[in-house]
Amino acid sequence: MAEAFGLILRWDRELSVIVMLSLQVTLSAVALACLIGLPLGALVGAFRFPGRGVITVLLNALMGLPPVVVGLFVYLMLSAAGPLGVLGLLYTPTAMIIAQTILVTPIIAALTKQVVEDLHGEYAEQFASFGVTARTRVAALLWDARYSLLTVALAGFGRAVAEVGAVLIVGGNINHVTRVMTTTIALETSKGNLQLALALGVLLLGLAVVVNAGVMALRVSAVRAAYA
Amino acid sequence: MRDTVMESAQDCIASILTARSLGFAAGGQVLLQGIDVDIAKGKRTLIMGANGAGKSLFLRLLHGLLPPSFGTVRWHGERPAKRAQAMVFQRPVMLRRSVIANLRFALRVQGLGWRAREAGAREALEMAHLTEKARQPARLLSGGEQQRLAVARALVCDPEILFLDEPTSSLDPASTQMIEDLVNAAHARGVTVVMVTHDQGQARRMGDSVIFLHAGRLAEEGPRDQVLDAPRSEAARAWMAGRLYTRNDF
Repeated sequence: MAEAFGLILRWDRELSVIVMLSLQVTLSAVALACLIGLPLGALVGAFRFPGRGVITVLLNALMGLPPVVVGLFVYLMLSAAGPLGVLGLLYTPTAMIIAQTILVTPIIAALTKQVVEDLHGEYAEQFASFGVTARTRVAALLWDARYSLLTVALAGFGRAVAEVGAVLIVGGNINHVTRVMTTTIALETSKGNLQLALALGVLLLGLAVVVNAGVMALRVSAVRAAYA
Repeated sequence: MRDTVMESAQDCIASILTARSLGFAAGGQVLLQGIDVDIAKGKRTLIMGANGAGKSLFLRLLHGLLPPSFGTVRWHGERPAKRAQAMVFQRPVMLRRSVIANLRFALRVQGLGWRAREAGAREALEMAHLTEKARQPARLLSGGEQQRLAVARALVCDPEILFLDEPTSSLDPASTQMIEDLVNAAHARGVTVVMVTHDQGQARRMGDSVIFLHAGRLAEEGPRDQVLDAPRSEAARAWMAGRLYTRNDF
């Protein structure tokens, strides 16, 4: 354990490469998932249309997507024989971002739908009275629910940063190229190199705590300002 | 005959909103039926009646928030326009924004540019005596201040008709006075007012005419003094006399 903390304190170069790649992949995937999931969830939450129930069930079901299945699906798409093989993305961070985006988007969309639906319940008559357009309605709901949606993004971040199966399949865990915290922990544990595995485990936990604390602080300030 | 035609034509011109055989049903129950009324342009029409009489439902139908199950609502003879009317609800709906941002939102929906929005919002703040609280979250205002903001927000939409659903039902006399002042000022500028109220005192202070509903039907309508002081319907007589009654009594 002491050696693990020593690695962290020395901020070993290999450790820093792994941590930075993890953050790059995870944050990119969460950002992309938010770009897709927030408006999608808001549309489903704010409007009634045929097929809405089916989409809701689908989004909720996809929240529990098994990462290895997503990894396999993306692998088949990006492999040389797959339809997107020509892009040469397999075993690159981009492939990992794609896999994590697919995993996280349903979580963001389903949770956003719930948040927006609740807020829309409050606003619906007033919006109808104002005669707001669909676009203004979605924009206003997303803006007014922004602090609640931070928690939604946080849930997506938690899912992505802790994920190992999908990124292992499509990334290949190549040293200095696609090796991230979770895949390194799995590899080093299997090799018996517990110091690095432990150090990364501590860092992963620390990262989760710091991000959660940051979002919590933001929410508390929002509640104080009575916006939440 | 000619006089009758002339009178009818004048009635049409004087009415901004007409409801004909208006009704609403939900869950297999008819909640409102057979309402025929003309809302006079530039006047203050008050809607009264007991709980469950259908006042708020009637107001929503007039405003266009609900589609009627039967009959029609016509605006100058046409379907109600989207933006020439505004409504204030019994419980004000405050957006999760500052006071001034609530006003800006209403102005943005009208399609106004940034400068016009700022000017309109400032003017509305002054009108509602909320300038000091412009930057405060709207949801932190007191009940009376929230309702003032709701009225000001409705008025920045520059409505021809202002609908109000018991806007002062949970307010103290001072707050009620401020809301009535805002509404009367709008009326003085030519805005037609249609307001639901339970309060006979308010009806005497503010009403030009009164529509009295009972059990989802029009019990009677007419000039304020006639309906309040010499009601013809049994339900309105009981109400004005302060007698207790249920929807099945008449």
